[in-house]
Amino acid sequence: MDISSSRKIRSISYAKYGYLFILPFFVVYAFFQVYPLFNTFYLSTQKSTTETGSVVLENVGLDNFRAILFGEGKSTDDAGNVIYKETRQAGAIKKDFFRVMGNTLILWFGNFIPQIIISLLLAAWFTDAYLKVKGKGFFKIVMYMPNIITAASVAALFVMLFSDSQLGAINSMIHNAGGETVPFVSGKDQSRVLIMIIQTWMWFGNTTIMLMSGIMGINPSLFEAANIDGASPNQQFFLITIPLLKPIMLYTMVTSMIGGLQMFDIPYLYNVGTSQNPFTETIAVFIYNHFHNIKPNYGYSASSSVVLFVITALLGSICFAVNRDKDNTPKAKRGAKALKNKLGGL
Amino acid sequence: MSTQMAGTKSNSQMIKVRTTLVTIVMVLLAIISLLPIYILVVNATRDTFDISKQGISLLPGLNLFDNIKTLMTWSEEGKVQYDAFIGYRNSAVIAFSTTLLTVLFSAMTAYGIVVYDFRFKNAAYTIILAVMMIPVQVTSVGFYQFMSKLGLTDSYLPLILPAIAAPSVVFFMRQYMKSSFPLEIVEAARIDGCGEYRTFFTIGIPMMKPAIAVQAIFAFVANWNNYYTPSMILISREKTQLTLPMMVNTIISNDKLADFGANYSAIMLSIIPVVIVYFIFSKFIVEGVALGGVKE
Repeated sequence: MDISSSRKIRSISYAKYGYLFILPFFVVYAFFQVYPLFNTFYLSTQKSTTETGSVVLENVGLDNFRAILFGEGKSTDDAGNVIYKETRQAGAIKKDFFRVMGNTLILWFGNFIPQIIISLLLAAWFTDAYLKVKGKGFFKIVMYMPNIITAASVAALFVMLFSDSQLGAINSMIHNAGGETVPFVSGKDQSRVLIMIIQTWMWFGNTTIMLMSGIMGINPSLFEAANIDGASPNQQFFLITIPLLKPIMLYTMVTSMIGGLQMFDIPYLYNVGTSQNPFTETIAVFIYNHFHNIKPNYGYSASSSVVLFVITALLGSICFAVNRDKDNTPKAKRGAKALKNKLGGL
Repeated sequence: MSTQMAGTKSNSQMIKVRTTLVTIVMVLLAIISLLPIYILVVNATRDTFDISKQGISLLPGLNLFDNIKTLMTWSEEGKVQYDAFIGYRNSAVIAFSTTLLTVLFSAMTAYGIVVYDFRFKNAAYTIILAVMMIPVQVTSVGFYQFMSKLGLTDSYLPLILPAIAAPSVVFFMRQYMKSSFPLEIVEAARIDGCGEYRTFFTIGIPMMKPAIAVQAIFAFVANWNNYYTPSMILISREKTQLTLPMMVNTIISNDKLADFGANYSAIMLSIIPVVIVYFIFSKFIVEGVALGGVKE
């Protein structure tokens, strides 16, 4: 039997179907993703002004980047040469940009740390064969639930519960008990902590399941051997689970960071009325508010997006490297098989 | 011998103690996970007077229908941009059509990459992997400006059509096909004279059912929950066009309305569909997350 020649014939006669099958994806992707990406790069070099309702663009080179990153604006010196120096307008936008980047980092960090601690513990417990916890499946389902609830509705719910005035659910309780009301929505630290809590609440179940699938990929004979050698559960956790989980923890951290950079719904909606709290304004909110405006400022918005893109690309390439070898690992195969068995009846 | 016995005994006792402690922590975390939703449901059934006296209660009231009636009156009087029926309809139109497009075209793309040999096959797959991580926020300025230029703001097209290209779903489906799709079956179908498209629809799709089911659930939930894109594209904020999450937000950000019960019931109505979907499919969802089926 000549396999290679039969393959060749197939590749010659059916290649066109390969292209036809993937064509819709790439056409749509090019139109709705690739072009907008290039358009964003283009807009980052433009200054937009609104005249009688229509937006006029003007090429300003890298001025937007100079403004958001260094606070420098264009002006002329005594001899009439163009120079860049710190200006008030550019300084203000730089301050804004660094403020929202700082907010984003603080909010991400403040939800990632508690999340990873809780999730690691839970994942270790869920996969521990020696623990006879009943209803593990139920716990998993309940703990994952906050993740599927509409984030916009979650934000609305927490605004109702934690509203600053004494009419807010929690504040009314504090007020009834004779305490001072707390600015949970507008206060600097309070609002940040609340958003961290909401994010942790929404994401710990997801992280737990991701880490669990990592732990289940560890060779069980390692744990058996450790058990026979008399290693305590703590020793097993710190000396086997954690070191072997490093790749998946890195992956989780990087994806969480990329997700954190996009944090939008909760910080955008967890506010008093429609005013944006400056202490919880993230980079995604900043970008959005600059272009989604009657007088859009595409330049600042797009140049911030480009900075965000560069950061994400760096983080993403780490993920890519980790993800790449996942292809034909036994874990992926086993997972697909399990899924098939479970869903076979569908 | 006796020391060994004692050893195993204390060991099994320790396991018992640990099991109890772990169970307690898990119960606590489960309560924390459910509590806000429980309070939401309870408050949706209480009247405003009750809620303003005592913000949080564990016992439901009897006011649910009155609260919903209040919402409907507000809507009729034009006080708010909230109409549950219109919201359900709009959210459902978007969520169902995007889900259908996502799973169909992702299955097709994955099938094309796995089943056929062509020159740019690996290049195509590498591109899909590489773009999987690009966040929507990065391209949104360009997207929004492009759509405004085309006059497509306030249209559902920019909300629905991009669903055809979902890189992470293609990735998942390709992984699935690689590990459990025998290519010989395609070969056999060809010998029997089955056309390529027919093979895809009558053999490919049924064999990918599990992967399609999981991704359909995720796509539905993600699109129902999506606030960002609709709020970016539907700039006129016409009530007839708004999705449910957007409507909820118009109520909360309107501080002139002071009917707490109605507010809570508005939020509750917006999450009922995803909660139902979740409780029907929760096992598959948890399984799907474990497989890395979702990115966000």
